[in-house]
Amino acid sequence: MPANTTGTTSAFEGVAHEPGSPKNDPIVIGDNIVRTFGGLKAVDVAHVEIQRGAITALIGPNGAGKTTLFNLLTGFDVPDDGTWSFNGTPLQRKAAFKVARLGMVRTFQLTKVLAKLTVIENMRLGATSQVGENFFAALFKPLWAKQEDDITARADELLKRFKLDAKREDFAGSMSGGQRKLLEMARALMADPELIMLDEPMAGVNPALKQSLLGHVKSLRDEGRTVLFVEHDMDMVRDISDWVIVMAQGQIVAEGTPESVMKDPRVIDAYLGAHHDVDLDEVEESPEHLELHGETHD
Amino acid sequence: MRLRFATLFALASAVLIMLGFPASATPASPSPSPAVAVPTGTSEPAPVTGPAIRVRLIDEAKKDAAGDPVPVPGVTVRVADTASGDPIGEGVSNDMGVAAIAIPGRGDYTVTLDTKTLPAGVKLTGTKELKVSVKLDMGQNVAFPLNRTEVKTTARSQQLISATVGGIKFGLIMALAALGLSLIFGTTGLTNFAHGELVALGAIVAWAFNVLLGIPLVLAAVLSVIVGGFFGWIQDRGLWRPLRHRGTGVIAMMIVSIGFGIALRNVFQYLFGASTKPYAEWTRQSKSTYLGVFNLADKEIGIILVSILVIALTTFALAKSRLGKAMRAVSDNPALSASSGLRVDGVISNVWILGAALSALSGVLLGINSQVNFMMGYQLLLLIFAAVTLGGLGTIWGAIIGSLIIGIMMEVGPMFGVPTSIKEVAPMAVLIIILLVRPQGILGKAQRVG
Amino acid sequence: MDFGTIIDAAFSAALGPEAIVFALAAIGLNIHFGYTGLLNFGQAGFMAVGAYGLAVSVVTFDLPFWLGITIALIAPIGLALLLGIPTLRLRADYLAIVTIAAAEILRLIFGSAEMVDTFGGSNGLSGFAQPYQDLNPFSSGLDLGFVSFSRSVLWSTVVGWALVLLCVLITWLLMRSPWGRVLRSIREDEDAVRSLGKNVFAYKMQALILGGIFGGIAGLYLALKQASVVPSDYSTNITFFAYTALLLGGAARVWGPVIGAMIFWFLMSGISAILGQLTNGPDPLLPTWVLTSTEVSLVRFVLVGIGLMLLMVFRPQGIFGDRREIAIDAR
Repeated sequence: MPANTTGTTSAFEGVAHEPGSPKNDPIVIGDNIVRTFGGLKAVDVAHVEIQRGAITALIGPNGAGKTTLFNLLTGFDVPDDGTWSFNGTPLQRKAAFKVARLGMVRTFQLTKVLAKLTVIENMRLGATSQVGENFFAALFKPLWAKQEDDITARADELLKRFKLDAKREDFAGSMSGGQRKLLEMARALMADPELIMLDEPMAGVNPALKQSLLGHVKSLRDEGRTVLFVEHDMDMVRDISDWVIVMAQGQIVAEGTPESVMKDPRVIDAYLGAHHDVDLDEVEESPEHLELHGETHD
Repeated sequence: MRLRFATLFALASAVLIMLGFPASATPASPSPSPAVAVPTGTSEPAPVTGPAIRVRLIDEAKKDAAGDPVPVPGVTVRVADTASGDPIGEGVSNDMGVAAIAIPGRGDYTVTLDTKTLPAGVKLTGTKELKVSVKLDMGQNVAFPLNRTEVKTTARSQQLISATVGGIKFGLIMALAALGLSLIFGTTGLTNFAHGELVALGAIVAWAFNVLLGIPLVLAAVLSVIVGGFFGWIQDRGLWRPLRHRGTGVIAMMIVSIGFGIALRNVFQYLFGASTKPYAEWTRQSKSTYLGVFNLADKEIGIILVSILVIALTTFALAKSRLGKAMRAVSDNPALSASSGLRVDGVISNVWILGAALSALSGVLLGINSQVNFMMGYQLLLLIFAAVTLGGLGTIWGAIIGSLIIGIMMEVGPMFGVPTSIKEVAPMAVLIIILLVRPQGILGKAQRVG
Repeated sequence: MDFGTIIDAAFSAALGPEAIVFALAAIGLNIHFGYTGLLNFGQAGFMAVGAYGLAVSVVTFDLPFWLGITIALIAPIGLALLLGIPTLRLRADYLAIVTIAAAEILRLIFGSAEMVDTFGGSNGLSGFAQPYQDLNPFSSGLDLGFVSFSRSVLWSTVVGWALVLLCVLITWLLMRSPWGRVLRSIREDEDAVRSLGKNVFAYKMQALILGGIFGGIAGLYLALKQASVVPSDYSTNITFFAYTALLLGGAARVWGPVIGAMIFWFLMSGISAILGQLTNGPDPLLPTWVLTSTEVSLVRFVLVGIGLMLLMVFRPQGIFGDRREIAIDAR
């Protein structure tokens, strides 16, 4: 784990509050990332850096290109142009599974739990470098039984932490939307990622669960992981993020600490167009499902 | 056979009554009609009993009133033992153009035609000596090509034109069925493995009307298209709509269509029999030359014109009509169409009627072109899939262009080394290659592939 | 009605080589479709390359019998690679259409008049199975009252069930392992699996190859049992019937395809025997205008078709399956 475990705003000392500003210790650096859908530029990012060991929020109105950028960075979509790197390793044109193996693991806006597998099996799948996932080794249980036990122990620990241990043997498909979000996050943690990318972790989560989810995300940073998340819930953005990147119409229009960004007129413009008099807090009430038509390309 | 169709009609009437339709619309019992004897043009048995080599001599350039080539009498043919060279016997062709020479039994023989005895104006095409290996006790039939002009002397360019025209004809027939498949896929997402049976149904129903009931073929074809459309409607109402409402997935529906296809094919065989049968009219094969280069039979002209007309009407209607617009809306986004007040089920019903009627017409035309068989739809199914995939799944023009390309490829392929007996291989291979290089097809949008 | 004959026919088919061929083919389809969600509609093609792998090696190229067996087991791998590389990245129904087309291409080529010297045309090839027959240790047939096998069928039955057990064992070993977990996860959602760092394409390919080899074994076994290969034995209907058997027994269950194949043949053979007796003789119980004895198989196939539809609609999990576990209806 990287040394910078405190990971609060101190990590952003001296970082300019402007789009594409260079960070003190970037884990992801991207340049000229362009993706068009039938002539429409869904993503057009000139330069972006993500600070290591911090929680960065990616916000913007519907159709701003946030999920598309997520898809591009993680190899689930192919850009027209652009380069980006993770820990110095160039990632462009790398298959999604290779990106994940490097330590950059994502979740999905529409949760992708494996409905007909049990919760514990979902968790076990998350573990990397499993001997038993090799075809020939799989035939001989002694080769992988020990590792499977270790994985199961780790999975049980995470399930307890995410309060899912009572659901251990249930089919994942039988869980509520919020529980699925939790399971997906816990499963991503099984891969022990250095950077975890959460696509709308709060969408569809009931208020009772929200608070514990916030705590989980914070604890990820405290473990030394980097978190990048897309969110519409401004409370969450304000509460837990160290840094905010604002996208509109495919471009990054503003960056800064939550406080400064929320006051930025460019942000208010991007979100509200002409309706300057409306408070930002009301934005979150815009129905999230509208986003499904505009942005889901995975 | 007729009894079975009568039973079927009775059953269909019962279904119609239950559905609240006037049963008088369907014929309750078939009227007697004379069985149609198809002139075959074969000669009476040669005047030799026992093992013999029968040589048949016909002038392939000359046609009689029925359009069949005329026999050539008075030509001497000799048979010798190939190994020893000993003569076995000789014969002269009779009025049917057949000369029979008795042989001792199985063995290898050499048959020689005496070219001097050929009448004036008749020329032997190819060699005058044939090596014959007789493997059956009854002997063997052989023929010398006489005055055969088309094949040997036709220029390659001429052959290419004929093959291309044949391919276009086949492609047009296929395009009708492919349009049906593509429309149904576009609006419902169903990859219908029972689509070939809609084609076979069209051909078989037209055959029943035409041959069993003696209705003229053109009228029988119209009736068959109506029956086909009705079958499409009832299929959607009775099977696919309930499944859609249950939320059955597209793959489950695909497997259901496989089961449906298996059941239908065997019902067809039960009703129609396993053999291949012609219609009572439009069976003439003789060709005339049009515009100096196109050799086509009358029925082929008819097939081409009818398909072009129907395809043009359909595409025009789909582009302009409310149904066409509604269909495009449904195929783009069924949920949104429903929430904006479109009767999605009604649109899909209409698509099924249109798609099934087009496929039935395709079946009738295919039956006129070749003959009617209960398997004809199933045999066409993969070619239709190839055409639709090639053109772009779910696109209307893609289905038409894909069909034409596949049709031409199938007919022209043998000229470039594709074995004739398996000419279907070429389009299927193309299907695989197309998926490798451009999975969305020629006209498809890249996003559709996922 | 002679119920003894009917029962004997039904059980002999359910326990004999007919069911074994389908069980083997369906075990392969279970790997493809049941566990991985791959719609392979060309299992007949995998069976054909297995069968012709042996027959062509021995008859056409005069290779030794055991080398022919080896080739028969390798040939499905080649076919799987050939089909999988272009299509495994595409949507599920594309694989279905490509595999069905490939199986038809193979059948047409194997039966083509132009390549009769290599593949034997529509009459097929024979005269390669002597070493297999020579291994037969039985001196007579078996008749237990409700089943009866001749000497050669008894030998094939024993060999066949041994093969089925082997394939079931391999399936069981794999499906309890993390490898099997990845396969089942791919069936549920490949993007989720990708996001966790698994090479989905490689796993799908491995699944296609493994199920293809099982299909090849089914074809090879059929060829040995019949001592001949004929292209019409490898038509697409075989694939569809194997799917019916698989769905009957329950997809994604280790014993599902085996039980399904046995039930399938028990019913097919039983119905045939019953209808055969109803239509038999100069004054059959069923009037000939309703059904003649040559049309009995049509009724069977109509029932298979309807059975497949009903299964898919009402019990996609199979007769013994658990609906929560099988995810075919979700897509």
